[in-house]
Amino acid sequence: MDRTILTADDMAWALTRMTHEILERNRGATDVVLLGILTRGAPLATRLSAVAEAQGHTLPVGQLDITMYRDDLRANPTRTVGRTILPGPIDDKVVVLVDDVLFSGRTIQAALHALADLGRPRSIQLVTLIDRGHRELPIQADIVGKVLPTSRDERVRVRLAESDGEDLVTIERSAS
Amino acid sequence: MKHLLSIADLSRAEIDSILTTAEEMHDVQNRQVKKLPALRGRTVVNLFFEDSTRTRSSFELAAKWLSADAVNVSAKGSSVSKGESMRDTLMTLDAMGVDAIVMRHAGSGSVAQAAGWVRASMINAGDGMHEHPTQALLDAHAMRRHLARNDLGDLEGKRVAIVGDLLHSRVVRSNVLLLNKLGASVVLVAPPTLMPPGAEAWDADSTAVFDDVLDDIDVAMMLRVQRERMSGGFFPSEREYVDAYGLTPRRLARLRDGACVMHPGPMNRGLEISSLAADSPRSIVLDQVSSGVAVRMSVLYHVLAGDSSTH
Repeated sequence: MDRTILTADDMAWALTRMTHEILERNRGATDVVLLGILTRGAPLATRLSAVAEAQGHTLPVGQLDITMYRDDLRANPTRTVGRTILPGPIDDKVVVLVDDVLFSGRTIQAALHALADLGRPRSIQLVTLIDRGHRELPIQADIVGKVLPTSRDERVRVRLAESDGEDLVTIERSAS
Repeated sequence: MKHLLSIADLSRAEIDSILTTAEEMHDVQNRQVKKLPALRGRTVVNLFFEDSTRTRSSFELAAKWLSADAVNVSAKGSSVSKGESMRDTLMTLDAMGVDAIVMRHAGSGSVAQAAGWVRASMINAGDGMHEHPTQALLDAHAMRRHLARNDLGDLEGKRVAIVGDLLHSRVVRSNVLLLNKLGASVVLVAPPTLMPPGAEAWDADSTAVFDDVLDDIDVAMMLRVQRERMSGGFFPSEREYVDAYGLTPRRLARLRDGACVMHPGPMNRGLEISSLAADSPRSIVLDQVSSGVAVRMSVLYHVLAGDSSTH
């Protein structure tokens, strides 16, 4: 049975708060770049940037595909690689990685490797809508929309209007 | 995808996946760090029974930029020149535990045959006059980039003329198969002596008069006159060939807006293509070369990166 964790209103509120935290943490938007991890991190990064824009701050947005850097590449069928688009050089910038769910931490590890090939940011921060725990690597988010204690056999589903037609976060027990 | 032997084996979804991934690989070529870790720990052997600089070096770069280890074996100076059979050479390399063998051989169908002998993935880098699938994929990739740059849509509905020495070309068959799968139409243009036997059964129009098709093509793909493969007189004289089939300045001027000029290289300037055409803004010859590395990276990724149990 699905349980709703965030409604569309909750999500909008969370993203607004997260944007404020990004701006506060970095004392404004100077030299800060948002990079959304494909697939659902990218629209989230765009939304964070839009909230900042409404507050009079410009946060350039890009997207990062980490397929080629995954450590489980060989364990899965080949996936079509997505596009990495940077808003400009990331050298000496503060790169804020944006993802929907933080789980084992392996996606973030892959993202850090990908960033190392793209330039040398001054610092890298991590923003995630949901932190569901069960980390396998020493990685933690700087800014979190909602901390969600889960068991391993549960599945967190983030649905976004851009790709799924609605904003909704649910948790479901796997069928097994 | 275990092997890449022929365009005929590829589904439309696989082709789209290869070309889409190649787009991303193209960006890697422009980076300061030209390296992706996807094939770390994999080994690719370039086994070339025929000489090739362009194809071999672009496969080598593709493997290296994906962090695979690449080894080049050419027939000259190897056990092949000591009389070892192709099968023994392949099985020896396979026994060393290599993951993929990129092979070029003069025998049509030889790469497909080799795939039955080895555990490694086989990639066809040109088998006789049969196929050269990665060249066709890179041609399509270069065309798509040209169309996208000029807001001309996709390959669907476009018309491509393949002109010249079709008989000795290993890429024509691959190109006809691929372009049809992508929704483009092909017209083959060559003197009857240089039209491959059986070409009438291919899914393409054909003509011996280049001037008849000039006005309604989107791509003029000029092929090299392969003098080294010609034992007899396939056309009366070079001058007459230029008059009938060369992309002369006059023919270049007749191409419609947005039409581009291609050539797989190396070019015989002044024969199948004039210098004016080769160096004109319509020419995407150098894009074809850079597309070559991107497409071969994508092919190696598709053949080697995924779960081996799904191969």
